[in-house]
Amino acid sequence: MEEKVIICKELTKSFGDFYAVNKISFDVNKGEIFGFLGANGAGKTTAMRMLCGLSFPTSGEATVAGFNVYKQQDSIKKNIGYMSQKFSLYENLTVLENISFFGGVYGVRKKEIKERSEELIQTLGLQNETKKLVGELPLGWKQKLAFSVAIFHKPKIVFLDEPTGGVDPLTRRQFWDMIYKAADEGITVFVTTHYMDEAEYCNRISIMVDGRVEALDSPGKLKERFSADSMDEVFYKLARGAKRGE
Amino acid sequence: MRVLGFILRKEFRQILRDKTILAMMFVMPTVQLIIFPLAMDFDVKSVNVSVVDNDHSTYSRSLISKIGSSGFFKMISSASSYKEALKSIESGKSDVVLEIPAGFERNLVREGSQKLGLSVDAINGSKASIGGYYLNAVIADFNAGLDVNLKNRNTASQKIEVTFSNWFNPLAMYKYNVVPAVLVLLLTLIGGFMTALNIVREKEIGTIEQINVTPIKKWEFILGKLIPFWVIGLIVFTVGLCVCFVVYGIFPKGNILLLYLFAIAYLVALLGFGLLISTYSNNQVQAMFIAFFFMVIFMLMSGFFTSTDSMPHWARVLSEFTPVTHFVKVDRMIILKGSGWNDVKTEFFYLLCFGAVLNGWAIWNYKKTS
Repeated sequence: MEEKVIICKELTKSFGDFYAVNKISFDVNKGEIFGFLGANGAGKTTAMRMLCGLSFPTSGEATVAGFNVYKQQDSIKKNIGYMSQKFSLYENLTVLENISFFGGVYGVRKKEIKERSEELIQTLGLQNETKKLVGELPLGWKQKLAFSVAIFHKPKIVFLDEPTGGVDPLTRRQFWDMIYKAADEGITVFVTTHYMDEAEYCNRISIMVDGRVEALDSPGKLKERFSADSMDEVFYKLARGAKRGE
Repeated sequence: MRVLGFILRKEFRQILRDKTILAMMFVMPTVQLIIFPLAMDFDVKSVNVSVVDNDHSTYSRSLISKIGSSGFFKMISSASSYKEALKSIESGKSDVVLEIPAGFERNLVREGSQKLGLSVDAINGSKASIGGYYLNAVIADFNAGLDVNLKNRNTASQKIEVTFSNWFNPLAMYKYNVVPAVLVLLLTLIGGFMTALNIVREKEIGTIEQINVTPIKKWEFILGKLIPFWVIGLIVFTVGLCVCFVVYGIFPKGNILLLYLFAIAYLVALLGFGLLISTYSNNQVQAMFIAFFFMVIFMLMSGFFTSTDSMPHWARVLSEFTPVTHFVKVDRMIILKGSGWNDVKTEFFYLLCFGAVLNGWAIWNYKKTS
């Protein structure tokens, strides 16, 4: 039996009589790359925010890294990394200042911050940009840096909310190399995306339609089940039935 | 505490990187302290008088020259009729019209009494009332020196003469009243606006979400936001005090440490207010409007411009509920009067209450999980 880092049972979030997330249930195994797909407005971000302890569920149960999403948000927050849809580093701080701030607030020791950030700068090839303000970097670099910062404190799980939006194909490829590397180090990756080619990179994916999880399996099995040649087709077949507009 | 250190370092870096804020820290106190007292000078120095002399007698002429030589009035015209003089009020050339009726001297000598007409332009309220009051005083003086009154001194009722002196501000100069209040205004702007805008800015660009998903504790985040502005506030206050001394020669008569103690407590209250606004607004425009709405009320109610004692009872009660009122009062007491701890301790208690309530409310309303 594999270790489960996220367990979700009938998790629901409603705003009045609108069910943004409607009784979703799934598990995520340790070290896997879990793709979370769905059209705009399907409820992906809302579900993710509940799992990150940013928003209280209306009903249902969920544990993240073994902690309850209702009561133990602080413990959850210590064990996860999060990269939001909006770019979320401080643009008026330099590369190094951002790394040391986020490292520091997650409780990484000063000495370790110094060592690890040097290493990180090397890997990202940002040696000449360390003193530059993050706002001056091109988007692709910002996204890679934001991801590196999100896993800097070696969390158990990292949540990525559409991390490659607006990024060129080459950088996306490099970004996914980084995701694989993180997964190899034992970090569970929970990622939402719109790009179906990216969905193919995931170990397992779930597809949300109108607040519900309509399908959950490995890309290969999903294609088989829906007798489709690509994930694009699978997604199209499922999302076509959506009633919510964009 | 370690985490707070990281937050503070980040906040100071961001603030100090902003050249505009740095410049404002020094430009704002200097410019406001120089401009405000000039603009808010309620001393009435030159009231423009238009005279309609229908009598052309010795008495009327001596009254006119007495008014002219008092130093407060500028005789701008002598009109031939009241109608004409009124036109000069309409066009804004004169503030007061003094009408001396025909038979002024004759009536005074023969009948011992005569009425004068005084028409005041009340658009500029304080100038009009003070100008009218001055003119009355000059006329009363003239009246007392009249032959009729001098000759009949025995019959005149005994007069009580009042001499008075202005304590704590001997020349009754308005700037002594305004300058300490401008110091309060400075702290109010920094406490109220800068914190609110700073936090709401993080909401706008989305970095607050990143903060909310970290294990940063509420109090760490809030202290991290408040301490930098608290320090900046005290720097601006110090710059302000220096400007007061250099430009106006005003140095606090009371204990300067006591003054700082109050400034510290006041800033804590106002920072809490800014924080509270930030928890209720989603963007900088909202925060700005809410802050501005309250600031204007605070300023008008605080006794900054007008004394709270002359307000109706309900307004006075209301003014007790703004922290600004208490600091304006104490600030003037310590700087001008040299009041000590015993005179101002009640106000300190008020400020502490404001600090506790506003900050408590803000912390309660700031939620890391919605």
